[in-house]
Amino acid sequence: MTLVMVLTTMAVFATMGLALVRALKGPTVYDRILAVNVFGTKTVLVVALIAHINGHNDLIDVALVYALINFIAVVAVLKLTKMRDLAKAGKGDITDG
Amino acid sequence: MADWIIDVVSWTLLLAGGAAGVIGGIGLLRFPDFYTRLHAAGVTETLCALAILLGLALQSGLNLATVKLIIILLFLLFTAPTATHALARAAMVDGVEPEVAEDDSEPTPGEPSSNT
Repeated sequence: MTLVMVLTTMAVFATMGLALVRALKGPTVYDRILAVNVFGTKTVLVVALIAHINGHNDLIDVALVYALINFIAVVAVLKLTKMRDLAKAGKGDITDG
Repeated sequence: MADWIIDVVSWTLLLAGGAAGVIGGIGLLRFPDFYTRLHAAGVTETLCALAILLGLALQSGLNLATVKLIIILLFLLFTAPTATHALARAAMVDGVEPEVAEDDSEPTPGEPSSNT
């Protein structure tokens, strides 16, 4: 049972490594944001898996909060690169239309 | 007997989720342009998270941890497509062009044209 979970954790770590390579290479800024988004989602999964392997069920709360923060962070960074300002709204904003 | 079936199903889900994650990561690294990479990332963000979190929920049985795992799963299933859509739209407005074959009658052969 633990072996399967450790194998899954290794697979998720491999995915995080691949996403990190794309974040370092990625020609456009959108490739980097996409890779960071994938990295954050995989972090949630790793935290949940480690919580289950160690039997520390409290850590699942950390995964829940990380999932919330990851989405907000991705959208905020996207808006910051797009508008150069978090408070400004205008044409081409990710929130218009 | 029932425990055994639940164990096998949850192992299958966990391993399938890990495999989906690695496949999506390889696609994220090797696909030629931004929009195809979005497609690969979509595989890892929905299928991988769904399978792994469902597998963990089956392992831990009926308690508060399962409820939290299901909440994480629902949240990821709502937000991952939203973030992907916002990214695709921002890239499209910014003028990132998808790569298309030059000629319909002669699709481009194997090698991706501008893989970095």
